[in-house]
Amino acid sequence: MEVEEISKVKQKNTNGHAEASGKVAPVDDRSSTATAKAATKGKATRLSEHIVEIISDSGEGAQKCGQSFGAIVAQMGLGVWTTEIIPAEIRPPARSVAGASGNRIRIGSKRISNGGNETDLVIAFNEQVLMGRVRANELKPGCTILLESMWRDDRRIAKTYTDAVEQLLAAGYKVVEIPMDKECRKVVSDPRKGKNMFVLGILCGLYSLDLQTARDQVVLTFGKKAAKVIESNIALLDAGYAWADANLDFKYEIPGAKSTEPQIVVNGNTALALGVLASGMEICAMYPITPATSTSHYLSEAFQEVGGVVHQAEDEIAACCFAIGASYAGKCTVTITSGPGYSLKQEALGLAVMGEIPLVIINVQRGGPSTGQPTKTEQGDLMTAIFGSHGDAPKVVIAPGTIEECFYSVITARKIAETFNMVVVILSDANLASSQQPFKRPVFDEAWLAPPIDQSAIPAGAKPYDWDPKTGLARRFIPGQPGGMHTLTGLAHDENSHVAYDAEINQRAMRARSLKLATLQKTLLPPPVFGDRTGDVLIVGWGSTKGAIEEAVAELREEGKKVSSTHLTFIQPMPPGIKEILAGFKKVITIENNWSDSPADEMIDESNRRYSALAMLLRSRYLVDVDCWSDCRGTPLKPNTVRKVILEAMA
Amino acid sequence: MNDTTMNGIAKSGAMTFPLPLAPVNVNDCLLELYEEHYELEDYQKGVPRWCTGCGDNAILTAVQRLCRDEKLAPEKTVFVSGIGCSSRLPHYMNTYGFHSLHGRALPIAEGIRLARPDLKVFVNMGDGDCCSIGAAHWIHAIRYNMNMTAMLHDNNIYGLTKKQASPTSPIGLKTNTTPRGSYLEALNPLSVTLGVSNVSFVAQVVDWIPKLLYQTLSAAYHHKGFSFVRIIQRCPEWLPTHMDDYLHDPQRVLLLHHENGLEIDSELAKRYTNMEEHDPSNLNRAREIASGSDPIPVGILYRNDDVPLYEEVRSDSRLRTTSLVKNGLEAEFDKFTIWPEGQTRAKHEAA
Ligand SMILES: Cc1ncc(C[n+]2csc(CCOP(=O)(O)OP(=O)(O)O)c2C)c(N)n1
Ligand code: SF4
Ligand SMILES: [Mg+2]
Repeated sequence: MEVEEISKVKQKNTNGHAEASGKVAPVDDRSSTATAKAATKGKATRLSEHIVEIISDSGEGAQKCGQSFGAIVAQMGLGVWTTEIIPAEIRPPARSVAGASGNRIRIGSKRISNGGNETDLVIAFNEQVLMGRVRANELKPGCTILLESMWRDDRRIAKTYTDAVEQLLAAGYKVVEIPMDKECRKVVSDPRKGKNMFVLGILCGLYSLDLQTARDQVVLTFGKKAAKVIESNIALLDAGYAWADANLDFKYEIPGAKSTEPQIVVNGNTALALGVLASGMEICAMYPITPATSTSHYLSEAFQEVGGVVHQAEDEIAACCFAIGASYAGKCTVTITSGPGYSLKQEALGLAVMGEIPLVIINVQRGGPSTGQPTKTEQGDLMTAIFGSHGDAPKVVIAPGTIEECFYSVITARKIAETFNMVVVILSDANLASSQQPFKRPVFDEAWLAPPIDQSAIPAGAKPYDWDPKTGLARRFIPGQPGGMHTLTGLAHDENSHVAYDAEINQRAMRARSLKLATLQKTLLPPPVFGDRTGDVLIVGWGSTKGAIEEAVAELREEGKKVSSTHLTFIQPMPPGIKEILAGFKKVITIENNWSDSPADEMIDESNRRYSALAMLLRSRYLVDVDCWSDCRGTPLKPNTVRKVILEAMA
Repeated sequence: MNDTTMNGIAKSGAMTFPLPLAPVNVNDCLLELYEEHYELEDYQKGVPRWCTGCGDNAILTAVQRLCRDEKLAPEKTVFVSGIGCSSRLPHYMNTYGFHSLHGRALPIAEGIRLARPDLKVFVNMGDGDCCSIGAAHWIHAIRYNMNMTAMLHDNNIYGLTKKQASPTSPIGLKTNTTPRGSYLEALNPLSVTLGVSNVSFVAQVVDWIPKLLYQTLSAAYHHKGFSFVRIIQRCPEWLPTHMDDYLHDPQRVLLLHHENGLEIDSELAKRYTNMEEHDPSNLNRAREIASGSDPIPVGILYRNDDVPLYEEVRSDSRLRTTSLVKNGLEAEFDKFTIWPEGQTRAKHEAA
């Protein structure tokens, strides 16, 4: 029957009644909108949340459309989390299954902490990119698909297109064909540029958003462009809005409440960059690498405004060394990279550890090893972050769990780096990097900028590594300070920075450098527990999985399950109180986006199973039988996945 | 610790430690030195552990003399080196020093320069250091053209690791990794340097003519930009007779002189009669001279005072005050802010 209906539409289409195609809603209709337009006209279905996807070939502007949509939704006071859909290639062939580029926007009445589960509604510029998403199991069964119908009129493509549509219908999706190209032509001569704004208009209409807010956002988006460009984009937006109103027989409304505090909406990479600005650091040395680069893109412009410099070095080794040089000279510096670049920096990190030079290094993790999955998310670098370089090289490792924490983590990192003369690693990942979530606009604090370097005169006879026997801390001498002359060296050295030839010196120096971690640890507070402090299952996570884990835990707790979670921001050193937290639960499981062997595999048993990174750390430190669940699919963790893991653990 | 500082982090496991916060800029608070007189001893530290007869000793002496004559404040002077025999040099200077990683002296020195243009920066590298493991940095250091004096201690061999071939080892040289003689034509550091865009100062000198060594280093020091000096340095430990032919035959050294280059005094001119008047602004001739290795050209091959300095290109004359940073940050926040109904930045600030 459904197929029959679509074929009717097909006929209409070929007869030139393109508008009619938009009214087809042949399948299971969860939002219970009827096919008859009049019945629902003006009446919007209320939802508490929805996940929308906008996908196109790369270069067609779906990402811009999605970002703008996210911003408009946030302006309206809705909770929002946007995730970029990025093809691995810069210009994948047009209309290819692997080429989907776009944005996934989860919107809801309440605050949203992660990208959520499967997509409820997708708007696609061609059926091929759409098939990519279907095959990746990213779409909710039976979800609504709004699809550009121009391909019906392209002789070479029509068959492929209609076959795909039929397949989708047969699979139970609700397909609504939209003559985007044709409608855009009524407004502009070249719809390839600007279709995204028409689509934005459709979405704004569909979700009952305020048109004026949307127009303001378009002005903001194209702010730097000529007035003509802005005008035509607004015209397209208006056209899309009107089209949706006139042609779609369903409409949604998600009530929102405007925040009483100013919020900022940025992705994790921009938040990191803003954190660099706010931390008072003046120099960022980097080498381009996905998915870290956009931090530096943004910073390159913004840093200029405050007299900062982004130095693009000749490679990551140079970037790290440049940062070390600048830090050594008294200006704590940050270097930003991702996995492969992080590997290249290892030797230099050891030097910073050995010389006790403060350094902030941000690793926006991607799928590894090697070039791996450059655009995809993974938490594969935790062990490298903690144990990387060579010999014993104690470093601080922190992992922001939210976009907001990306911002504050940089300020914190610099403070720790300079107070303890240590390397501080910030582990973000591709998920945080390109996800947007509003958070409270930070209130500037002068203390962010102040360098905690002791700049008083150096007393006669003072030593550059006068390690405090209790804390391991030593005052740092900076070039320019009279009386502090010494040669910093990566060789083992004594308190005077003289190369060590004595057996005892190295032992003493290693102790001091290690003690600093313990000293820092003593200042940390135990991590909060999300849920009760006792129960059946405790989930432990770190980094970008925080939102998804807590959402699933909250949901299960509402269903009466005795599950809690705790999320570690400081991983090296680990804060106190963790052992006590673990002890409150029958089972402890870490959930991570990295590799662990499955006990179900024939070759795997307790004697050879490789655990996830955090699980391994917790097991070794607390002697608790911590289990783990992890995957390396490269997609952000979904609350449903966490839910499944917890329920299985409880079964 | 101020609570707002740790905000995001605080929510998920905060730390509370008091920080010795002092809102001062590193550059502002360091003492400016009044006129001082220094002796050689003011720059000397420890007893060099190089082999007797090692050319590095001569370089150290020249450098210490230079510091004294230029009255460089030891606390405002930094010697940066990589790893190798030659890279031990900073340990024997009573200035600030940074004995870093094999091959990485240049990027470290660049970071120092960018952060602190008030410091005098010298770089000491071996031939393995500069021309092999650190070759990428070398090329780019020439391009950046930051104001520093870079010395390549070229002994044609890996000294510290015990006699392996280096990129500048002449073809046929027997070493521990090339027992039947090295296989490849030597890399010419002068030609490489002169081939990079933005090159601003290239000189070559030999360790056994102390006067020229000093004069060349002094010219390099006074040049505003990246001054690259290749010093042919003897390694009596591994290549005891390697340079003997040159050493004993003054004709096998070609002295480059010019009013804009080195001025050769009469005493030297008597011994080294093989001379060429070479205008260091002539890049093409410099490249021709560089390509010859016998006789060894000594002097300033190229110099261009007009190449922009990276640190100046990237510098910002504004004082980086708290309000500059705050205003910049708030302006960035503004770009991403959703204001509550009726709120604006001004109202927000007032509240
Ligand atoms: C990453 C790394 N690789 C290798 C070494 C070992 N190494 C130390 S010095 C050196 C070469 C020294 O030769 P050169 O740079 O010419 O300096 P010289 O000792 O001759 O002054 C090598 C290979 C090292 N320290 N670090
Ligand atoms: S081995 Fe050669 S380069 Fe090293 S100190 Fe001895 S003579 Fe000098
Ligand atoms: Mg050498």
